[in-house]
Amino acid sequence: MHDFLQQLVNGLSVGAVYALIALGYTMVYGVLRLINFAHGDVYMVGAVIAYELAVKMAGLNSPVWVALPIIFLGAMVGCGALGFTIEFLCYRPLRHRPRLVSLITAIGVSLLLENLFQNRRVFGATPRVLPQLLAIRPVLSMAVGSAKSPVVVTNLDLISMGLCIALMLGLSWFVLKTKMGLALRAVSFRVDTASLMGINTNRVISMTFVLGSALAAVAGVVDAMRYQVDPLMGLIPGIKAFVAAVLGGIGSIPGALLGGFLMGLVETFLKGYLPPQYNNYSNAAAFVVLILILLIRPSGLLGKTTVEKV
Amino acid sequence: MERAVSATMLHRNQVPAWAVNAGVAIVIAALLPISIAFDKYIDNYVLDVMIRIGVAIILAVSLNLINGITGQFSLGHAGFMALGAYTGGVLLKHYQHQIHGALLPPAFIGVTILGGLVAAVAGLIVGIPTLRLRGDYLAIATLGFGEIITVVLNQIESIGRFEVGGSAGLHNIPHITNLFWTYAWVVICVVVIARLVYSAKGKPFFAVREDEIAAAAMGIDTTYYKVAAFVIGAFFAGVAGVLSATLSGNLDPGDFNFVKSIVIVVMVVLGGSGSITGSVLAAILLTYLPEQLRAFEDWRLVIYALLLIVMMLVRPEGLLGNRELWKRRKTAVS
Repeated sequence: MHDFLQQLVNGLSVGAVYALIALGYTMVYGVLRLINFAHGDVYMVGAVIAYELAVKMAGLNSPVWVALPIIFLGAMVGCGALGFTIEFLCYRPLRHRPRLVSLITAIGVSLLLENLFQNRRVFGATPRVLPQLLAIRPVLSMAVGSAKSPVVVTNLDLISMGLCIALMLGLSWFVLKTKMGLALRAVSFRVDTASLMGINTNRVISMTFVLGSALAAVAGVVDAMRYQVDPLMGLIPGIKAFVAAVLGGIGSIPGALLGGFLMGLVETFLKGYLPPQYNNYSNAAAFVVLILILLIRPSGLLGKTTVEKV
Repeated sequence: MERAVSATMLHRNQVPAWAVNAGVAIVIAALLPISIAFDKYIDNYVLDVMIRIGVAIILAVSLNLINGITGQFSLGHAGFMALGAYTGGVLLKHYQHQIHGALLPPAFIGVTILGGLVAAVAGLIVGIPTLRLRGDYLAIATLGFGEIITVVLNQIESIGRFEVGGSAGLHNIPHITNLFWTYAWVVICVVVIARLVYSAKGKPFFAVREDEIAAAAMGIDTTYYKVAAFVIGAFFAGVAGVLSATLSGNLDPGDFNFVKSIVIVVMVVLGGSGSITGSVLAAILLTYLPEQLRAFEDWRLVIYALLLIVMMLVRPEGLLGNRELWKRRKTAVS
């Protein structure tokens, strides 16, 4: 029971990060029907910005409550700008081309970011650890049953889950209550009709990229604090978050949240309960989940089934 | 894919089959003395690059059958290559003391074909469920399969008495590949795929790419053709794997990751999806250029990525587009 609860906490904490990244995938897919392959790398850039800012902040000896918001906001602004640039330069000119052309371009952007940051003059291929701004310590520990060690919830777990829920609520408010959100829903319903109704679709699409990238940046900062920063760190979480988005139903915002948490749970439970020598297989689990979903219920858990029209 | 089927494809292949087969046999026979002469007089480094170009050609042309000609965007080609490479590497390493002298050529042919078959069976297993998916979903699913193969190869230390190497990789595989073996397979691969897709039996491959729904409405079993393209493509990827394993003598599961698949995709896209000669040209170019760019090693993949993006923005149909060098350019029927 103790193991189970601890895995549950870890799974939710990891899942929150996946959910944040998955939101970006799902929003972009909603408006453009494009799998933004470079999204995982935007998350990586978020982590890199967090690293650079954290080094500066540690140099200035600024207290945590000043440093953390600056790092989060800096990463969000930086990644938002990056997302805007990627869309403007690489996807917008291709909008009326076949979708595979955009997909290949997205792969190109992803490769570009990964390799650019691997270059020694930019960041370098060796993983780096963030200077310790926030001592990761347990804030909650509960003794469960007769187990010797208590179930531990760290402050980072709380930050990750709290931010995820808060951002999710903010996003729901934005999408459901604001005019821009209405435009976003209209565009994701049908782009051409939305533009006939006087919606500036280019602006909506740009904004979707900015928002999605900013959410990925938050995930990047959390993971930069939890693990370490390296230019290839976006690859696996990016794919897992994509799987999460598909699992929840791509295009559906609550679906991304649900899928993200489910992915996190599946992964940590597999890691926790498989014998250690099979640990690496937990990475393959994401793909197995993906393939199963695509075969059994391609529209995902919360997605709408669409009929193929000629 | 709004590209029109070009008029040239509507003509029957005018060269009779026996002439093509004889031509292939003569070319392969002629390769043998050339290869022996090259082995003797040409620098090892140049030979090595030439063989790697040959392997790249096989990979690019076989992926073109899947991605370009049939229009099924696959990102798992390196996975099939890995299966072939490991089949070949494991067997040849295990039996290297039994195989020598006159036994070597037939054994190597056998192992190469076996490597291809293992990859082809994997292609079948992967293809039947995933090819029901479309476009970007298929890309992700094949990417997933490729990654699963690397994860599994990373975990397996040995199968029975056969050493596989696990995450440390497999080393000291006998060096058998030479110019002859490689280019014989290049010729076979190019001729088989070209004759397949430009024959009457090959029209459905293009039809599936141009419009799957219309093709199905015309009575084409689209799943059959997609799986066929996948299996044939995987077979040659496996062959290329065996060739490359016996070229370097070392195998590492990490060599066959997602990036390797992307590099092959870049070749297909750069050459022109659907153009076999385009893939050959791009494979030569993209294997030769990096050798000249050694000084910029750090920036090599950055240049690759930029090339891919710029290519997609400026000329998404690739160098040759849909055309073949051996065919006269005609205006497309629309």
